[in-house]
Amino acid sequence: MPDKEKKQGTNISRRNFLKGVGTGTVAATVAPSVLISNEKTADAQMGDAVASATIQLNINEKSYQVEVEARTTLLTVLRDGMDTGGNNIDLTGAKLICDRGECGGCTVMVDGKSVYACMMLAIDAQGKQITTVEGLADGDDLHPVQEAFIQHDALMCGFCTPGFVVSSAALLNENAKPTLEEIKVGLSGNTCRCGTYPFIFDAVKTASQKM
Amino acid sequence: MASWGEASESRLIGKRVTRLSGKDKVTGKAKYTFDINEPGMLYGRILRSEVAHATVMGVDMSDAEALPGVKAVIPLIEVGKKLRYQGQEIAAVAAETDDIAKDAIRLIRVDLEELPHAVTEEDAMADGAPEIRDWPSNQSEPNIREDGDLEAGFAEAAVEVEATYHTPVQTHVCLETHGHVAKWEDEQNLTVWASTQGVFGVRNDFAQRFELPANQVRVITEHMGGGFGSKFGPGVEGHTAAELSRITGKAVKLMLTRKAEHLVAGNRPSMTQHVRAGATRDGRLIAYDMKGYGTGGISSGAGFTGPYVYHVPNSRAERVNVATNAGNQRAMRAPGHPQGAFGMDSLMDELAEKLGMNPLEFRRINDPNEVRQAQYTLGAQEIGWHRRNRVPGSGTDVKKRGMGLGSGQWGGGGGRGTEARVTINADGTVEAVTGTQDIGTGVRTVIAIIVAEEFGLAPTDIRVTVGDSAPGLPSGGSGGSQTTPSVAPVIKTAAAAAKQKLFERIAPLLEAPIEDLRVGTGTIYVVSDRTKTITWKQAAGQLGMESISEGGTWDEDLRQGGAAGAQFAEVEIDTQTGAIRVIKIVAVQDCGLAINRLTTESQINGGVIMGLGQALLEERFMDAVTGRMLNANLEDYKVPGTLEIPEIKSIVFDTHRKVTGVGEPPCIPTPGAIANAVYNAIGVRIRSLPITPDKILDALAEKKA
Repeated sequence: MPDKEKKQGTNISRRNFLKGVGTGTVAATVAPSVLISNEKTADAQMGDAVASATIQLNINEKSYQVEVEARTTLLTVLRDGMDTGGNNIDLTGAKLICDRGECGGCTVMVDGKSVYACMMLAIDAQGKQITTVEGLADGDDLHPVQEAFIQHDALMCGFCTPGFVVSSAALLNENAKPTLEEIKVGLSGNTCRCGTYPFIFDAVKTASQKM
Repeated sequence: MASWGEASESRLIGKRVTRLSGKDKVTGKAKYTFDINEPGMLYGRILRSEVAHATVMGVDMSDAEALPGVKAVIPLIEVGKKLRYQGQEIAAVAAETDDIAKDAIRLIRVDLEELPHAVTEEDAMADGAPEIRDWPSNQSEPNIREDGDLEAGFAEAAVEVEATYHTPVQTHVCLETHGHVAKWEDEQNLTVWASTQGVFGVRNDFAQRFELPANQVRVITEHMGGGFGSKFGPGVEGHTAAELSRITGKAVKLMLTRKAEHLVAGNRPSMTQHVRAGATRDGRLIAYDMKGYGTGGISSGAGFTGPYVYHVPNSRAERVNVATNAGNQRAMRAPGHPQGAFGMDSLMDELAEKLGMNPLEFRRINDPNEVRQAQYTLGAQEIGWHRRNRVPGSGTDVKKRGMGLGSGQWGGGGGRGTEARVTINADGTVEAVTGTQDIGTGVRTVIAIIVAEEFGLAPTDIRVTVGDSAPGLPSGGSGGSQTTPSVAPVIKTAAAAAKQKLFERIAPLLEAPIEDLRVGTGTIYVVSDRTKTITWKQAAGQLGMESISEGGTWDEDLRQGGAAGAQFAEVEIDTQTGAIRVIKIVAVQDCGLAINRLTTESQINGGVIMGLGQALLEERFMDAVTGRMLNANLEDYKVPGTLEIPEIKSIVFDTHRKVTGVGEPPCIPTPGAIANAVYNAIGVRIRSLPITPDKILDALAEKKA
């Protein structure tokens, strides 16, 4: 490769691009210009993207008023968001791990189905029932999946665990008595690096028998 | 001599005990560094090089500084200096939200003059290769080890094998990326939440870096999301978080992005080894001659083992480290061993085949380790070794099955340097405190089990504090499978000392000599007269306004190094698609005394699964032309998922009643066992990891031709 002068920029990610699409107007132009460099034009486009609005979200059967930008993901609201009263929402159970819908660390339930919260814009979560790992237990009574995860040691470092717990609960919502193969397929959108899978399978089996 | 007592006397030690942190982890309550939300906290981000080699001609941060919500922008490299790998730090920002920080990073303009790079070992070793660093060569002086008389050995050999084995660079993929939340309490006191395997090491590093007294830096790691050897120091990102916090006067959270985690947060170096080896007709490994190299990126270091575990009287091994324009290696789960074991166990099978010998029998002849000899017997039984293909690749079905085995050896004997305190309060509550950290291995629960066993209580009765430097009770980093063997003896002796003190206090009350007192389940009684008994709470009540609080010492007799392991794999190959399915793995792992059998099994499962990833999936792809990593995400860098998981039979192989660490060794034998099983299934050997369907199809096509 010949030596050359180069201006460096950071690439826009596929999801940032999609978030751009969410804003409606800049989709056609944002990707090429930002991909090439950090030219001044990028600023104006970002200016479009940061317009904000106040929306209402139902999370764990509680209503929150939050100010969001068009690009704000549901995950960002849960973890870093603040209600309009200035209180942190602080639901940090869901994790950002891959940041592109590959690992399931951010899994929450939206109307009872598992969803990657890093891939859902906050504005698209309006009017839906959002359940995070913090909302699964009934007070001190843990969800059967949570009980079974503890019993079988279906966790080590625990960072992926909230995502697995929610995915497992959502799986059992749809299929009360899954086979081992169905458990594997049902949880194939979640990744663990410590290698807890065998005990997760055992835990889901146990939970399914108790539910 | 201190001892853990007999198995028959143990109520908790060696049993299956659920994790103390389980409830917090399944409810989302457990707070990791990534989850810390301090009032007014800012978000830090780092701008990194997208090129592998360049001179920095200019950095213009003015637009980033002008962006509303940005509180600080700092350069991390001087103009005129060289960037030597993709991902190297250029500048950093702190902003009110993470999105603003991301925007600000994009507004920093960097002028670079690109330099020629080499990101692969071959490019870096070629004649006229670009200079990776200001070193005389991209290759280190060879490290040579010789034993016996190689020529005489080969003269004695009846069969010889010559082959080249390769393993690529693998990255750690910690799910919680490296990161910190730094907060200056005032000009002289720094608090840092760190995702680290070494709380005290990180504390001392920050103290040195910011010229603070060590006792004015507090490091907290209550929970952390995986390290696997890559999280021992604050790194540039930790120092940057603290610097941004110092400048802004606010807490700053700075976590690496997933991409940066692949690029700069460590990796397992590659290995390429060319080996010629010979064995005698009666099956003795007699000569081994190996030349190999690997890259650990910009620092070059790429050690691997060879020859490995088997006895070979005449050997020569020559290794070279190759520097490349790529992120630096860091220790990764049993550094050097899985690569070396894959090469060695592949070689062993190739030699056995030339001899017409059962590979298991060949190992029996050449493995001097008695524990592993017993593991071979048990493992072969569990997998059903007799079912394996006598003739590799035989069978006419589209899907073919095969079996293989591999071996491993690790230390894990622990060491001095842990301080701990066990306290009995007058209300009967118990606290155990030490400066170690629970990186997911479950040491928190191990501590509770030991104290609860000593006191006749339940593990949940013990309040355990780890992962905090504030109590001033140091412990070493969690590396080398050293945590439990380093911590357990100190906790045990501290608890024993506290119990002794309590016995001294209540002996007069029970009218019995101290040596006659024993703990029951929640009670203390007199062994010579069991009618004399009081509850634990009553006994503690005798302390009045005082507490008993005792330290411990590291007692060598309570731990032992040396952990042997053997694994057997069964695989199924679809000869039409090349798809590989691991059916079953039997992992027989020497654990010494497993304090908690449940979490020990978890660790063996985890090691096997990481080994499976190395065998079949994981590879860092560097593009030689652009100098960039092509798969720095979790979509293209594959780690094992649910669909890859076979039946795993993890056997906790107790050999003695002393504590041995087991975090690393179970990942060592897996790649070799799987590679040998693949050969046994299809009769074609894949000598390069990961064993992917394309390699299988190519090899099958070659065999046919």
